[in-house]
Amino acid sequence: MKLLRRAEPDPLWKDEFSIHTADERYVSRRQFTKFLVLTSLGMFVGNLWILARLAFSKTPVYGEKGICRLGDVPVGGIWLFRYPTERDPCILVRLDENTYVAYSQKCTHLSCAVFYSPEKNRLECPCHEGYFSVRNGDVLQGPPPRPLPRVLLERRGDQIVAVSFEARKES
Amino acid sequence: MFGYEFYVDPSRCIGCQSCVNACAECETHRGTPMIHVDFLDRANTIATVPFVCMHCDDPTCAKVCPADAIKKTEDGIVQSSLKPRCIACSNCVLACPFGIPKMMTELEQMMKCDMCYDRTSEGKRPMCATVCPSQALAYVPREQLERMRREKPTNVFLFGKQRVTTRVFMMLPPELDALAVDVVDYMWEDSHEIASTR
Repeated sequence: MKLLRRAEPDPLWKDEFSIHTADERYVSRRQFTKFLVLTSLGMFVGNLWILARLAFSKTPVYGEKGICRLGDVPVGGIWLFRYPTERDPCILVRLDENTYVAYSQKCTHLSCAVFYSPEKNRLECPCHEGYFSVRNGDVLQGPPPRPLPRVLLERRGDQIVAVSFEARKES
Repeated sequence: MFGYEFYVDPSRCIGCQSCVNACAECETHRGTPMIHVDFLDRANTIATVPFVCMHCDDPTCAKVCPADAIKKTEDGIVQSSLKPRCIACSNCVLACPFGIPKMMTELEQMMKCDMCYDRTSEGKRPMCATVCPSQALAYVPREQLERMRREKPTNVFLFGKQRVTTRVFMMLPPELDALAVDVVDYMWEDSHEIASTR
């Protein structure tokens, strides 16, 4: 069927219900069954492939990266950094004298950048009002489906180093 | 069979009904012939004329079908109605200028001559053409026909303002180009004529 029809004397139904078998566009029962069988076969194989990938997948290694010195961040202050690559923004929060936490800054809903709200003491995503706990990254409210990925930190002298992401069990 | 065409010559028909019986033997419509052998004017003559489906280039039966049940295949054969679609409305029976489609009321389906599609698509001749003793129904190459007949084949028919071209040829006297059929002539409008033909 043509999208743009010229002004023809023949009405549209003559084109849609052509008397010629060559112009038929209807799907026979056998074609439909074939389509169903092949599609479900494809879905099955795809699922097998996903399972196989899951079974043989390795836990990713992120490497270490220095973030800042101990005195750089005041209590209740934040420090933005990139980890593990330059395209992954993260946020570090100093909760008290000796407690530092860091999370990926990408909201798990639609990847907006989350920020730290010192008054409410939580991480907030401004796009759809998704709130995360600053203690462990859990979702407090809003549309995000998963907690924020937490960056594991280590202290090397007066240096704070990002070591890895916290491995979370899928619920 | 490439080059083979169907030729109907009414002047050769002897009314033997061989084609009717051969057609009725087919497995696809056992006992029901799809060919018509009609008397031209029964009161005055014993002349008969066989009618197979003419397989029009622009088939009226398919055009009037409201259920999209009559289809023309790429080789130019107008097929019987599709059983899942046919609603037995008889539109095609009334519309066909040649009077070919038959309504099978017990099947609730229209059936018609499909030029023995199971045979001709495999390169065999239609059943009626194989049995016709006078070859009023002939399925032959054009050259063979021209060698053996002096009548002129035509596939142009004029029904009033409707000009119908067909795949099947009708043998005409050499001076005619197209066969004009005055349908009203056959409708017996005159009551006197009705009385006389009874």
